Amino acid sequence: MKAVSVEEAVAMIPAGASVMVGGFMGVGTPERLLDEVVRQNKTDLRLISNDAATPGKGVGKLFDKTLVSKLTATHIGLNPKAQQQMLANQIAVDLVPQGTFVERIRAGGCGLGGVLTPTGVGTLVAEGKRQIEVDGRPFLLETAPRAQFALVHAFLADYLGNLAYALTSRNFNPVMAMAADTVIVTAEHIVPVGVIAPDHVVTPAPLVDYLITNG
Amino acid sequence: MDPQIVIARRVAQELKSGNLVNLGIGIPTLVANYVPSELKVFFQSENGLIGTGPIPEQGMAHPTLTDAGGRPISALPGASTFDSAMSFGLIRGGHVDVTVLGGLQVDAQGHLANWMIPGKMVPGMGGAMDLVSGAKRVIVAMQHAAKGKSKIVAKCSLPLTSARPVNLVVTDLAVIGFPEGKATLLETAPGVSVGEVLALTEAELAIPDNVPEMRL
Repeated sequence: MKAVSVEEAVAMIPAGASVMVGGFMGVGTPERLLDEVVRQNKTDLRLISNDAATPGKGVGKLFDKTLVSKLTATHIGLNPKAQQQMLANQIAVDLVPQGTFVERIRAGGCGLGGVLTPTGVGTLVAEGKRQIEVDGRPFLLETAPRAQFALVHAFLADYLGNLAYALTSRNFNPVMAMAADTVIVTAEHIVPVGVIAPDHVVTPAPLVDYLITNG
Repeated sequence: MDPQIVIARRVAQELKSGNLVNLGIGIPTLVANYVPSELKVFFQSENGLIGTGPIPEQGMAHPTLTDAGGRPISALPGASTFDSAMSFGLIRGGHVDVTVLGGLQVDAQGHLANWMIPGKMVPGMGGAMDLVSGAKRVIVAMQHAAKGKSKIVAKCSLPLTSARPVNLVVTDLAVIGFPEGKATLLETAPGVSVGEVLALTEAELAIPDNVPEMRL
């Protein structure tokens, strides 16, 4: 793990990058990183995020500045700007059931080739996908995507990069921290090694590439 | 009684002590208000919490303790938190005893459509498809009709949420089950006749000899 400024970290992300962003309706989202992505005007992003949050909050900031060209998400109904951009074909949107969304990312991070899920069988979600029967039950074969970058927000990070999360801000963060080439983390508090007891570490330090320093 | 409260109170009677329950947005959210306090029901919020409590008092909200809509909630003693993979493992893996969801249409076989109106409303399915596919029991809580048009239809014209039929539909007029895969009138709301239910039901409805009134 390397400690860097938010400016340095975001400078590593090229336009057009695939980026996973943690958070659920803007809760548990690395806001400082997103503010800097907006400031550095990173365009054409291929965003993988549970939702589009709301304008001005979380990943919603990226839609305020039309920085997203492709979105993979489960629900965007609470962000009218993202909806408008989808209906105007400014962004390509792939809507995925939430359990499938997270399990695909988990599989991507765990080296699996995909996931067999019963969710979506017999619905629009099944279109164009292979259906596989196992012991007489039908499943959809869902692929296991990875991204170039994961932007993660933790509650505690120690000097080595071990992470712990708070309440419902954990959500997609530890799963995404497994599934990207480069993992960049902001934390509410940076604490000495040992403050997070081994049993309470959720994301082990070797998964974290960059920790954003305070200030 | 307000139609939404009729629905919420009747659905609450379906929950048993020890159940793990996931409530959808809208009318389903109201169900928690009518569960007797002596009943130990665990409510899950799919953003990563079992043991959701009421909205915190003014000034007590915490930015990292929210429901699936991002609104502040509280956590009850004995609550637990987890990531989204665990949350949907619970849902898809059959660990959730009951889910209560809103609906746009339910058809004569119990198929539910509740996530999109093509060309009009395309918000995304969120967790709805996983909940209907994986929960042990699926209850739909919705108004019987919208603008005079029945929401209990012969066949869903809107895209399905799951190929799996739901177990029970509770509306402001009736309780409908699907024994042997056929929509059947199980109860009527207080003061509502079987004829009034039939008049607002597009699907063919089996009518048993005795159809009791909801006891609220």
